[in-house]
Amino acid sequence: MTTVLEARGLKKRFGGNEAVKDVSFVVEAGECVVLAGDNGAGKSTVIKMISAVYTPTDGVVHFDGQLLTGQSPNAVREAGIETIYQDLALADNLDPGLNLYLGRETTHRILGIPFVATTEMRERAAEVLKGLGIAIPDPSAPVRDLSGGQRQAIAIARAIHWQAKLVIMDEPTAALGVPEQREVMALIERLKSKGVGIILISHNLPDIFAAADRIIVLARGVVAGERRPSETNDEEIVRMMMGATL
Amino acid sequence: MSTNTGASILKPLFSAWSWIFLIGILAFFELYARAETGQTFLFRIYNMQSIAIAASQILLLALGLTLVIVAGQIDLSIGFTTGLSAVVMALVVRAMGPDTGWGAVIMAMMVGIFAAVVVGLLNGWLVAILNVPSFIGTLGTYGIARGGALIVAGGATVSIRSDEARSFGNGDILGIPVPVVVAGLLALACHYLLTHTRFGVHTYALGANRASVERAGVNVKRHLIWLFIISAVTAGVGGLVYTGRFSAGAANAGEPILLYAVAAVFIGGASLTGGQGTITGTVIGAFIIAVIQFGLVFSGLPPYWQFVAVGLVIIVAVLVDQSKDKLTGAQS
Repeated sequence: MTTVLEARGLKKRFGGNEAVKDVSFVVEAGECVVLAGDNGAGKSTVIKMISAVYTPTDGVVHFDGQLLTGQSPNAVREAGIETIYQDLALADNLDPGLNLYLGRETTHRILGIPFVATTEMRERAAEVLKGLGIAIPDPSAPVRDLSGGQRQAIAIARAIHWQAKLVIMDEPTAALGVPEQREVMALIERLKSKGVGIILISHNLPDIFAAADRIIVLARGVVAGERRPSETNDEEIVRMMMGATL
Repeated sequence: MSTNTGASILKPLFSAWSWIFLIGILAFFELYARAETGQTFLFRIYNMQSIAIAASQILLLALGLTLVIVAGQIDLSIGFTTGLSAVVMALVVRAMGPDTGWGAVIMAMMVGIFAAVVVGLLNGWLVAILNVPSFIGTLGTYGIARGGALIVAGGATVSIRSDEARSFGNGDILGIPVPVVVAGLLALACHYLLTHTRFGVHTYALGANRASVERAGVNVKRHLIWLFIISAVTAGVGGLVYTGRFSAGAANAGEPILLYAVAAVFIGGASLTGGQGTITGTVIGAFIIAVIQFGLVFSGLPPYWQFVAVGLVIIVAVLVDQSKDKLTGAQS
């Protein structure tokens, strides 16, 4: 296996508050690493340091052999790290195609004047979604008409389409019903089979055990432990999430 | 949802409601005119031109405003941006002396538009860089543009004598009044911008969810500044047309039109929360208002009724929009 991402000694201080004290871990290609932890454990801060929304106070992130620390969020995305936030960051009034291509729309020229290639992007989006096992009944309808699982699929399709090598997902099943949670879990499996590395943030134990190849438990800004799902159980993970109090 | 057949029948009806409404009021005035005077209302060149010119004056403010509203913002300063451009153009024409030809008039127009761009930049800076809510920020520049126009004009109307400027405001090209041609070309340009360019896609996305465009790597601040510049420029062109039509620039040239421009955008299907609206809708909205204005005068009713009528149409437009959402199951 090849390592896609290595975070070493990450630390983030906000004023007097040290949100992340010392976090190191690696993600292999095609592997799903779950960052588990209670609220305030530092999960969100860690992923924001990886996606370059925050600059670490100390520590470095290497991705695909290059140093990412200090780069812009755009440069990080260009390098192949796609972050899917809880709110999905979709434009609800646009169709799946435009959402898939948002910020990177294709155009074609008529008499030298550029026109956004809406139909082409729509067809491409339907194809990519089909590859994920998701059929969209009306590809021209705005994404607000879609189900939670389908919307999640569009966010994931965006990552696949732009050839992300690492996808970060923040609580992807938090707002979904049970069948849609299963859909998302299936999507994660497909991403893995394409060799994409995944960092999944969750504090939902069934999700953690369903998706993870490795579980990294954060508590109070440090790595409290690292386990493979087969070597551990719910109880131990919860105990680690509660941190040093035990 | 989409499985509801009742809704799917109603949906096209609702999206076409402004067309139906426009045809309805045209039919109403036509029947009224025939019954009262035995003459046609609509099929007279003079009436058609008057309605089109009134609609053009509204449109010049409403076109750029449509883009701003689609992006979820508002621009209240346009009324006095129009006035500022009108006054500045008149002052430059006057400074160059009478009968100086097209060169001077075009120069004056460029300076007038430059004044508008300054207001647009100010709006953009306030909203995009200083994060001032656009309702408040542009209310501030509304005052600044108003005062600025009155100060440079010395509080008076700046009259000019220029055949070129007059022909810009009152001439016609193949029977179509020049202001209508100008508004038509700008409407085409804005329609292209909003529906066929990446800029337009980002404008819709910005109105729906700012985070979506930000995380897609679009420079949202720069985008907002451009939107306010476009809004100021179309309003500024409105000022140039005003100065041409009346051979005078007045600080309050656009002030009575501001409300109509806002109304045209909302009648045309835009929403205060952003993410919705089209140039086609705004054009129809402007024509609805122009027909009401001209129709009421034509019918011999006291002109003040036009304010009441336009007010009622705005309320109807919002009610239709709300029931459309309810009936077709769209969430807003």
